Amino acid sequence: MFHKILNKEPGGKKQPKAIPITLSTRIRLARNLRQFPFPGRAEVSQKRAVLSKCIDAMSGIKGLDNSVSVEVDDLSELDRQILVEQHLISPELSQVEEGSGIVLTEDRSCCIMINEEDHLRIQVLRPGLDFSSVWKHADEVDSGIESAISYAYDGELGFLTACPTNLGTGMRASVMMHLPGLVMSKNMDKVINAVNQLGIAVRGLFGEGSDANGSIFQISNQQTLGESESAIIDRLNSTLESLVRQENFAREKLLQDDRSRLVDKMSRAIGSLKTCHLIQSAEAMDLISLVRLATDFGMMPDKFRGLADRMFIEVQPGHVQLSAGKAVEPSQRDELRAELLRNHFLRAPLLDLSSHS
Amino acid sequence: MKCHHCDKQATVHLTQILNGQMHKMDLCESCAQAKGVTNPENLSISSLMDKVELEVDTSVTSMVCESCGTTHQEFKKGGRLGCEACYHVFRPILDPLLDGMHAGTKHLGKVPAGSESRIQFEQSIDSLKKKLQDAVEKEDFEKAAEFRDQLKDLQNQAKTTV
Repeated sequence: MFHKILNKEPGGKKQPKAIPITLSTRIRLARNLRQFPFPGRAEVSQKRAVLSKCIDAMSGIKGLDNSVSVEVDDLSELDRQILVEQHLISPELSQVEEGSGIVLTEDRSCCIMINEEDHLRIQVLRPGLDFSSVWKHADEVDSGIESAISYAYDGELGFLTACPTNLGTGMRASVMMHLPGLVMSKNMDKVINAVNQLGIAVRGLFGEGSDANGSIFQISNQQTLGESESAIIDRLNSTLESLVRQENFAREKLLQDDRSRLVDKMSRAIGSLKTCHLIQSAEAMDLISLVRLATDFGMMPDKFRGLADRMFIEVQPGHVQLSAGKAVEPSQRDELRAELLRNHFLRAPLLDLSSHS
Repeated sequence: MKCHHCDKQATVHLTQILNGQMHKMDLCESCAQAKGVTNPENLSISSLMDKVELEVDTSVTSMVCESCGTTHQEFKKGGRLGCEACYHVFRPILDPLLDGMHAGTKHLGKVPAGSESRIQFEQSIDSLKKKLQDAVEKEDFEKAAEFRDQLKDLQNQAKTTV
């Protein structure tokens, strides 16, 4: 059942249309149970007790419809890698040894990690920009679980977490943003510094310690205590709006000042995607990023934006391996990845510059 | 000027004001990077704690959480606490750090509806109301104003649940 959920094609008709710059919205809530040590300090028996208590508490909760639970131990390396690549679990959880679990809803909008750094990490994610429904869902699940078990909570410090940086609301709200304009105009460092001053963190595609690939960045709040959830989200939203403005400005400027080079890059990207025979994930990410940019400029049909978003995930090593159906050597992966891309971009049109001449 | 941690030339000069006290620290470029000082995103508790260490006395270093066994050293090294009880034990070291880490030191967000915390919460409101009333009757208006403000904060907390 778990594998069925993992391997399913995303959404279908219910998926909102992909929009420029903002790829997805995510909220994560960190919670711990009372009377059990935090995972870093717990014996395996205690972790198992927490695991079963949590899973019991989650049965029948609103917001967790059609969900499956599984122990991380029972998942293969490949399964774990797939979950990381889909942004459903953290790289940390995928390394865990015993007593950790995952609860995942059928539509993959909610994934709860049990016994990662904290007892519970409730994660809700949606494509596009939509804090209000993501918060509603996370809040609902959180309250549902809390009605069955007691959370470690202090009137002053809020929800108690293993790391003090998560105290208070225990909430990390984040957005994945596609910022090729800022990257190409070499303004990203300046922007990151400015945004850091506002208590907002900028990270790579897979969170803490990862690189930005395909010009995709994770923007999130740094602080969790001393502000309400809605204040944190409002602040994040206004930073986002500012980033979107800056990104659009950077793109327009590039189009004005360096149009030929930009058009050349995007054109060659389409060409490479149609013809490559060996390609590594980093390069694939950059090519796909240029296609997404081209759709934003109206130089490629809109539907390629959604395709680009799916391909960002499909070209990751675990997913390429999965599509092969068997174990493959890294060099074979590069071949398979190229084949995947050629197939998907076979009928992609070349750049349409008519509206920009 | 030499770096606080190594012998290289110091090029980054930090001035930190914590609890009304000023602390200065001079670091070289690489130590500053290593401590995450030049990149606010990576500012870790351990690096913050090294700075705070300037005023920590020895009685603190023997702190241990009776519930889970976490020691002050372990907390300092890993930046993680072991259980709920740790928060009581290590509170004196934690408090000065919280200001630098977060937007504020009091929780203003969602309060769990669970009976224990909800009851505690309501008890706090009731006791504050009583204290406020007593202070007004005794004409201790300064205290009354304090209680009134605390009461307002708590009542706002109840309303700010998203």
